[in-house]
Amino acid sequence: MNRIAQVFKEKETAFITYLICGDPDIRSTEKIMHQMVKSGVDIIELGVPFTDPIADGPTIQRGVERCLQKNISLTDVFTLIKNFRKKDLSTPIVIMGYMNPINKMGVHKFAKKAKLIGVDGVLIVDLPPEESMLINQLLRENNLDQIFLASPTTKSSRLKKIIDMSSGYLYYVSLKGITGSSISDFSELKKRVIYIKKTSNNNLPITVGFGIKNSVIAKNISKFADGIIIGSSIVELIEKNLKNKKVMFNKINLFIKDISRSLASK
Amino acid sequence: MKKINFKSFPDKNGHFKDYGGKYVSETLMYPLEELEKAYNKIAKSPAFKKELLNELHNYVGRPTPMYHASRISKDLGSCNIYLKREDLNHTGAHKINNAMGQAMLAKKMGKKRIIAETGAGQHGVATATACARYNLECVVYMGSDDIQRQKVNVYRMKLLGAKVIPVDSGSRTLKDALNEALRDWVSNVDDTHYIIGSVAGPHPYPMIVRDFQSVIGTESKSQMKKINKKVDILVACVGGGSNAIGLFYPYLNDNVAIYGVEAGGFGLNTNKHAAPLNKGKPGILHGNKTYIMENSNGQIESTHSISAGLDYPGVGPEHSLLKDLNRVKYVSVTDKEALKAFYYLTEQEGIIPALETAHALAYAFKLARKQSKKNILINLSGRGDKDIDTIATLQGIVI
Repeated sequence: MNRIAQVFKEKETAFITYLICGDPDIRSTEKIMHQMVKSGVDIIELGVPFTDPIADGPTIQRGVERCLQKNISLTDVFTLIKNFRKKDLSTPIVIMGYMNPINKMGVHKFAKKAKLIGVDGVLIVDLPPEESMLINQLLRENNLDQIFLASPTTKSSRLKKIIDMSSGYLYYVSLKGITGSSISDFSELKKRVIYIKKTSNNNLPITVGFGIKNSVIAKNISKFADGIIIGSSIVELIEKNLKNKKVMFNKINLFIKDISRSLASK
Repeated sequence: MKKINFKSFPDKNGHFKDYGGKYVSETLMYPLEELEKAYNKIAKSPAFKKELLNELHNYVGRPTPMYHASRISKDLGSCNIYLKREDLNHTGAHKINNAMGQAMLAKKMGKKRIIAETGAGQHGVATATACARYNLECVVYMGSDDIQRQKVNVYRMKLLGAKVIPVDSGSRTLKDALNEALRDWVSNVDDTHYIIGSVAGPHPYPMIVRDFQSVIGTESKSQMKKINKKVDILVACVGGGSNAIGLFYPYLNDNVAIYGVEAGGFGLNTNKHAAPLNKGKPGILHGNKTYIMENSNGQIESTHSISAGLDYPGVGPEHSLLKDLNRVKYVSVTDKEALKAFYYLTEQEGIIPALETAHALAYAFKLARKQSKKNILINLSGRGDKDIDTIATLQGIVI
């Protein structure tokens, strides 16, 4: 069983976090990752900086720009994961990013390298199943999960196609919008998640991301989702405390612990 | 060898062979499908076509003239230079052809709100105009650097009732405005239609914009036929490439040499240009696969051109295909050469061209000097009023 499947087997609700590789700097990203695991995070999605992040809101965009100023590349992402794996062999890592940097590296090389250094899954934001044929096959050959997005506007016919090509888990985008927006209708969200679970015959963990900003929202969603994903709120804590890393680490830690507790106490 | 039908693209998935497609996040897949369906159902109906033609005739001022530029033809040698006067359209450029078509389509789809991105401001002005005409709310995203260099167009859009939102992210130019418009669309898909101004973006945009712009080539063909002239060479400037594809498309299967002129900026050997077809590699930007300018990490590079409308690191996917098939020759012209052509046309023919268009002119003039007795048709895609400030500043004059 791979690391991602292991998490969903053991945990009722997986706690997944996102942060951008190199934010606020490479060493700090790695430090935050280890700290997150200690405080209850189950899966880490590591963002690859890209100049044109069309699905991301202002908070993540600014985070990405911070990293691009330091020329953080896909190669740096691999190096970071390699270093992370020296101390942690059990926490699944998902590379999340846009297609062009991967295309530039070459999809064959990317898939091979990702497997080699201990990546578990890949989520390419701007690569729907229709454009994923080749990379999906390459990732499968390397035993890597490809995680796809589903959204409130995804029709049932496409949903089946998405589920067929997905492995690991499905990332359900809770709202029509970009990262950092707010969820307005929980009952609708619940209905959708239950519908997607049914469509997948309960064979694919359904996680929810976008708009989860605090432990109350996290707890609410954990009642029906297999996992929750938090990104913008963490990137925001980094941004707000750029001048004092000690305070930054501490605040992120408190935030993670709070969410973690709320998931455990449902 | 089997003859290729150059007009058989895109396929049903929106691919121009390797290029094009839909490289977008999941949230946009549904609105793109919805748009494609509406386009096929509504915009291809005879009633829509008739209504649009009527609008283009009575509101936009089409057909635009086909002008034989006799003074410069003579001055440059033995070729005859014809100018397709898209600058004489309402709002002063070809952009209105697409804006009218898409605004009409959006209205019929029941959309209340229109968003657009703009570089030089021409597409923004055209969209704001069409929205005023059809009583649609209009929001235009524009890079803050472009707002600085195109103040007059910003003011025009505001007068027309549009809200202009400055984009401060990334390189603060056209590409970032496009990112922001896509983000708006993802958040407001129910009541909003996004009018992309070029043949870029995810499928079906490159196809829709091409179809609406093809009126340029279709008219040109019948106008040249009327005066009994055969076109030998077509020339147009290429940023995203909408005016170019609009002229080229109806001619693609004909025996005509075609040149697309990219912005060479300070020169192709510097990194200050906007010529992805000449110097870039295939990659993924703004929802499609096409030639782009990127660094070794796959990050999109910022570009330079004297003309804001050509200052874009990607290009419409159909141009990438036409390059690979060797159907169109993509060349480039520097800022300096474009400026020279700008002054030349202004002084010799009394037509002030847009700086974008001046790139096509500069290359066509080169061809005219080298070739003999050819009929060269240039797409005079826009007028230069918007660039007067830029030109005056270069001459050290404050207006």
